[in-house]
Amino acid sequence: MGITFRKETFRDDFTFKNSPEHIRRFPFPFHEDAYMYAVNIEPHVVGPKGSVLENLIDVDEHYVAEMQDRALVLAEDPLRCQSLPHMTLAGWDLLELLMEQQALGYPEHFTLSRDGDRWRWINRPLGIDDTFTFGDTSTLPYGPMEYITRQSQGDFCILDQRDGNLWMDAGMVTTQADWSLDFDIGMNFFEWHAPVPLAHEKGIFVRALKFLTNIQQGKPARRLNWTMTINPRLDTSPENYHKWGPDRTTVTPENVGDKVHLRVELQSFWRLPRSNGIVFPIRCYLIKMDELVTQPKWARRLHRVIRDLPDELANYKGLTRYRPTLVEWLSKLDDGSPTSPGFGPD
Amino acid sequence: MAAKSIISRPVYGTLSPQPGKHHLFIADAEGALAISDMAGRAPAGFFDGAEIDFIPGPDGKHVAALEALKPAQFHQAPSFASLLPRLKQTLANAHMGLRLYLAGTEGLIGQAMQVALEAGIDHTSIQTEHRGSLARRMQCVHCKGITENVTTQPATCAHCGLLLLVRDHYSRRIAAFQGVCINAEDRSEIPPMEEIFR
Repeated sequence: MGITFRKETFRDDFTFKNSPEHIRRFPFPFHEDAYMYAVNIEPHVVGPKGSVLENLIDVDEHYVAEMQDRALVLAEDPLRCQSLPHMTLAGWDLLELLMEQQALGYPEHFTLSRDGDRWRWINRPLGIDDTFTFGDTSTLPYGPMEYITRQSQGDFCILDQRDGNLWMDAGMVTTQADWSLDFDIGMNFFEWHAPVPLAHEKGIFVRALKFLTNIQQGKPARRLNWTMTINPRLDTSPENYHKWGPDRTTVTPENVGDKVHLRVELQSFWRLPRSNGIVFPIRCYLIKMDELVTQPKWARRLHRVIRDLPDELANYKGLTRYRPTLVEWLSKLDDGSPTSPGFGPD
Repeated sequence: MAAKSIISRPVYGTLSPQPGKHHLFIADAEGALAISDMAGRAPAGFFDGAEIDFIPGPDGKHVAALEALKPAQFHQAPSFASLLPRLKQTLANAHMGLRLYLAGTEGLIGQAMQVALEAGIDHTSIQTEHRGSLARRMQCVHCKGITENVTTQPATCAHCGLLLLVRDHYSRRIAAFQGVCINAEDRSEIPPMEEIFR
């Protein structure tokens, strides 16, 4: 039994939806009734069957539609995918990782066969069957990073490790929560995180960098991050902020459930074997409030988290304008009873 | 002096003589004073292996003071754009032991550093000193257009006309601060424009 891929959109008529099974597997990011930054990094190991961690690279019912949306973004703005000249080898590393993981987790959809450097890649959902020479860019229609990330859900940043720091030197970034690869490419870990409030003072980035520069091959790590998005838009780039920003003024008590989405990023970190780079997939999961509150524990907890969020964080995450409407709507679903520990629904 | 803010915002120092075989100075306007001040601390003969490229700016001052340092080469350029081909050639032909010194406005320092980075010079090895205007070079994140000499907050993009918040977030590769639409959510909100980068 393979995945049934949904036909849906992340723009214009916004037909994106989660099936009931996908609602249950949503990576709800709050393990308690409050939220503050933490270096919440843990080993990226396989989790329970039916969860987004069942495979280390998750493919879900939104795969085909997400790849179509990515192609639209790239046609409009090719600078969403960039790789500095020294990063090609890391791109091949990433191609290998994603082909192996997708073929391993979803053999009914993806097949990788290798005869020395001669590789054949079959991607059935997207109708791709390509044979190429590993390491020879002229045998692929795009550079290796672009080729494989046009076929993999989530954004991807490839970080070069040198001078005790990590440098954002390549990436495919079309579903970002308001940061610009084109502006940040070439920056080090502290520089590209510079606009994040509060976390520098707490020493978060110093500790996170120490952890990341010590990641070993075969031992990936992960963390969750979150924000909120009005309408199920994947492309909430700063480039297009003037186009999607007005969405934030459209939230009313009547449409909260349909318009307001929790946006969770499953970020993972992998050492790449040849280049010694780190790849940082940022996998985005969206869920509308109507879907989320079908799990009563999540409804109660989200109400408390959003209500008590420090203003500076709410501002940074862009919630300020519609937070009162959202909190009021969620409050009706919070009877004040305790929530069980942990992320999952009851 | 520019106020310290976020980590990506460049921090400038005070020029000091570095060990090296050749010394390339690029300066505009009051940046000349940073070079003169440093000359007082430099060992004898320091400028024998030095080139100074200077963009005097509108008031045309400081040329004589720099010439008096008797650098091996002195070049006066009307603008950064006109200096660019010469600078690129100098850096392409440079050998180990070249030291780079940038002094003057942020726009000049940033653009010269951008060329140096493209030539493979590590930014941490470059001496910088900020003098003069705090006007910013800004890239509009929406249309990617560069607006020079931005002095106000917010500022209007010279290309697409959007009203932009001039952030402290800075890209060495683009040599510009980031401008992001300040009223993207509701275009009818027009915050007052204040002159703050002088």
